[in-house]
Amino acid sequence: MSAQTLRIILPYHLQVLACSEREVTLAVALPASAGAIIDALETRYPLLKGTMRDHGSRKRRALVRFFACGEDWSNEPMDAPVPQKVATGAEPFIILGAIAGG
Amino acid sequence: MSSVRVLIGTKKGAFILTSDAKRQKWDIAGPHFGGWEMYHLKGSPLDPNRIYASQSSGWFGQQMQRSDDGGKTFAPIGNKFEYDGIPGTHQVHDGTPHPWEFKRVWHLEPSLTDPDTVYAGAEDAALFRSTDAGQTWHELSGLRGHGTGPQWAPGAGGLCLHTILLHPTNPKRMFIAISAAGAFRTDDGGASWKAINQGLISSYIPDPTAEVGHCVHRIALHPSRPDTLFMQKHWHIMRSDNAGDSWTKVSGNLPTDFGFPIDVHAHEPETIYVVPIKSDSEHYTPEGKLRVYRSRTGGNEWEPLTKGLPQSDCYVNVLRDAMAVDQLDDCGIYFGTTGGHVYCSPDGGDNWNAIATHLPAVLSVEVQTLA
Repeated sequence: MSAQTLRIILPYHLQVLACSEREVTLAVALPASAGAIIDALETRYPLLKGTMRDHGSRKRRALVRFFACGEDWSNEPMDAPVPQKVATGAEPFIILGAIAGG
Repeated sequence: MSSVRVLIGTKKGAFILTSDAKRQKWDIAGPHFGGWEMYHLKGSPLDPNRIYASQSSGWFGQQMQRSDDGGKTFAPIGNKFEYDGIPGTHQVHDGTPHPWEFKRVWHLEPSLTDPDTVYAGAEDAALFRSTDAGQTWHELSGLRGHGTGPQWAPGAGGLCLHTILLHPTNPKRMFIAISAAGAFRTDDGGASWKAINQGLISSYIPDPTAEVGHCVHRIALHPSRPDTLFMQKHWHIMRSDNAGDSWTKVSGNLPTDFGFPIDVHAHEPETIYVVPIKSDSEHYTPEGKLRVYRSRTGGNEWEPLTKGLPQSDCYVNVLRDAMAVDQLDDCGIYFGTTGGHVYCSPDGGDNWNAIATHLPAVLSVEVQTLA
């Protein structure tokens, strides 16, 4: 399986858990998708398991949002290929905590 | 010389307070895990340097932490909580069935006999156990398999298993409580459970004396009399002298018997403490006065404890896990408020001091008495 190096931006609390920088670069299996990106993140940073998608259902956690090339990518299928600029590393894949709560 | 360590979970992080046995001067460390809801931290009675912590976020889910150096540092442990088998359904507020879904860990109870064993009470209500110091968790599914499981419904805070009491000498016996299902007891180490709600009367449910459906807020026991249980229910203070087989109301002369925490003096098994709240609709102290009530007779006769506590314009709550006692000769009583203050009485409740102020809303308070 081929892979491509992608750029991923993590929210603050996941940076702390992962002991990472805000932006990380990872080799992601192709075709790059949100699911493949999370697989790669969880492999590199096992402490992130369960933080972005549920352990059991593997569904995106409700208040975790994905953005790609200025578009809300949260409700795309987990296996949908991300935009070309993200897939080539030109643009980052952004993971955000939704604006909610106090 | 003895000392005490107070473990405080708040809505936005954890704090650890330490003092010598005088309990007058306190050092405050934290916040640990800033920004996260720290539902509960509790130390092993066998190894006080070992502290388990539940770290939760509505965004990023459940994390679990363990310290092996008394809270100086923490390391993540397993956070995978999966229901055993096909989870089935419980009820939601409108009475319709809803699949069991793990949300968070409310309460941690380290074993009395093995520092690597710890129990976790979860929302949606379930009891988990780890025997490898928190690396992996397995459900004791006999509880949810109790025939009444599909009838359980959440209280306002969720369908949470919030109380775990371990029998001090019989490792097969445990008590747990769930809002809003009630109290349960196992006598076979968690394989099977009995609902122990006889005598509870809850006028807010269709059958006020039903086997389950009671919003039990907290249970406490004294290790020297483990068959005597004290309960703060949604309304009513209750006691049982037969390990929960039946309950008697002991609210007595309290100004209101709604509240959340209840605890027992470390050396006087008939001395108990509650913090009355105005009502189920108004979760704050009555008359703007923060008063702990103490009964030295195991209930019914209560006295307000006010010295050192705000007696005007105070409208806070004390949540179910936010009261604890230490084991020093002059027993210390501790509680934390939703207003972010933590109070200590070093003399069994006669006098109180604020030992931390202006913290985030306090979710839990535990105390370790250190040699």
